[in-house]
Amino acid sequence: MRIQRLVSRSFVHFAVIAIAFLWTLPTVGVLVSSFRPENDVKNSGWWNALKHPFEESVWTFKNYADVISANGLGEAFVNTLVVTIPATILPITVAAFAAYAFAWMKFPGRDWLFAMVIGLMVVPLQVALIPILRLYTQTGIAGTFLGLWLAHTGFGLPLAIYLLYNYISQLPGDLIESAKIDGASDFTVFMRIVLPLSTPAIASFAIFQFLWIWNDLLVSLVFLGTNKVLTVKLSELTGSLGNKWHLLTAGAFVSMIVPLAVFFALQRYFVRGLLAGSVKG
Amino acid sequence: MSSQPQTSTGPRSRNTSEIVRMLLVPLALIISILVGRWSLGVMKDADAPRLLVVGVALLVGVFGIWIAYWLCNELLNLIPSETLRERIRPVIFVGPALALLIIYLVYPTVMTAYYSVLDKNSETFVGLENFKFAFTNRTIQIALRNNVYWIVGVTSFSVIGGLIMAVLFDKVRYEAVAKSMIFLPMIISFVGAGVIWRFMYASNPPGVGLLNAFIGNFDFKPVAWLINKSVNNIALIVIMIWLQTGFCLVILSAALKAIPADIIDAARVDGAGELDIFWRIIIPSLKTTILTVVTTVVIAVLKVFDIVFVMTNGNYETEVIANRMFTEFFRNQNYGLSSALTMILVIAVLPVMIINVRNARRQRG
Repeated sequence: MRIQRLVSRSFVHFAVIAIAFLWTLPTVGVLVSSFRPENDVKNSGWWNALKHPFEESVWTFKNYADVISANGLGEAFVNTLVVTIPATILPITVAAFAAYAFAWMKFPGRDWLFAMVIGLMVVPLQVALIPILRLYTQTGIAGTFLGLWLAHTGFGLPLAIYLLYNYISQLPGDLIESAKIDGASDFTVFMRIVLPLSTPAIASFAIFQFLWIWNDLLVSLVFLGTNKVLTVKLSELTGSLGNKWHLLTAGAFVSMIVPLAVFFALQRYFVRGLLAGSVKG
Repeated sequence: MSSQPQTSTGPRSRNTSEIVRMLLVPLALIISILVGRWSLGVMKDADAPRLLVVGVALLVGVFGIWIAYWLCNELLNLIPSETLRERIRPVIFVGPALALLIIYLVYPTVMTAYYSVLDKNSETFVGLENFKFAFTNRTIQIALRNNVYWIVGVTSFSVIGGLIMAVLFDKVRYEAVAKSMIFLPMIISFVGAGVIWRFMYASNPPGVGLLNAFIGNFDFKPVAWLINKSVNNIALIVIMIWLQTGFCLVILSAALKAIPADIIDAARVDGAGELDIFWRIIIPSLKTTILTVVTTVVIAVLKVFDIVFVMTNGNYETEVIANRMFTEFFRNQNYGLSSALTMILVIAVLPVMIINVRNARRQRG
């Protein structure tokens, strides 16, 4: 009995470690290769570098220097920040106001409008590409950051409203009612009470939206023209650099640094957001 | 007694602040309109210095929206009638959200449906011609077939894999670390994942791709994983499984931990084996969660575009609907066919949409 238990326990450990190892392997390969000199990358598999990890000639930063300046990933990095920060803050703001209204204000058609928001959550954003591009060309904001922020805001809103509504509508009603009786306007209640109390929900959604924008290819490809973001630039490089793996791997890592930092710093909120968002697809 | 002076200064200080507000708000309005127009000009101007564009963009994008809401609210407060004010106030709160939803999702859906029955330049009505073409054209038939492969492959492997991992990981003390390693890929862009897996599958230069090196150990010849038609779709689907399993794991693992421990302990005391517990207790308790996870993954897979775009661009019979849609739109400028393909995606998610709306309405009572 004890032996049987021991066998099954060691099987579990083996399986867990093997799965986690296999899952990480592809990323580790890219990370290792991005620090190897061009000739090494070309002539031998990346795992060979780990045989002599303490020899200095095995490692280099040159790939990063090259890819950031010569291949324009540095500029793309800045563009990505300029796209991502406002495109995260805008939908949160707009959604928080709307979620408050859906939860605590009375107006005609409220339930119908909320049903529309839920319905829009699963609409593929592909529907927007042709009509919005035409609209942008007519109004002259095609290719601007503003156009891209607004597009991301529109696409992110249904989920943002839904998540924030779930949280804001659960806040204690007494708190909001008594503030109103004391003469606070909806605006004050929202700014002073609801917003500070909703920080956890806002943080969860913010991480989501941030990662989703940072990683987006399709929307930037269609609406942003010359100011290329990391994903667009990297996808071009996969075509033009072909087999220059030392550069491609470094490029891939440049595009992943910020999401990785966000992930490790804010993992708790990230998981919480995933759980809240999955309640209803 | 003590409240007396307060009530007498109250109205007066309110009056002065009212006057200040009356002057301040229009002034702020004028300033923000001017700043708004100027910054729009800078952002549209291709020759403006980059640093200026970036600075203006960040300031406007981050603070502009808050100033806009505040201004609208203050302007509303200038209306003397309170009933009218409170009638209009919800418009300020939900108005912007609704406007954006209508412009970016409702209007485009209607327009795409309309374009899908027009010709490639959206000029003449062609009826269902685009749809007919879509279902008879060989490339698009392949794309439809591949979408089915993707949905079945990714959903079954990532959900079942996530479930098995959730159960296994639950038994070890380093669960948190192991879980992080599985859902780390979730934060990587599809493009980044594309590079990672192109490198895994690489066959040129020889010896750098891990997968080919691995099968080389067993004396197999290198395979062009992305070109060889018998494996390339699987090679692409594996990437999506790699990305999605973490999501399934996180959700299922949380639901697993919500099962009361005494139920499982009681079963164990009664002599149930681990497999019995898995099939008789865990699976039935997770039924609803599994259903939500499946729906989420199916919708994500249906729209898959980036992976195919970066890896093969739909060549060698790896086309999927979303990539075809993009090619027809961006490269071939065939707006009719492209819109018809989008509508196929919309129709596919329609049942989920209806169920979601119905559930939400029931929940609100």
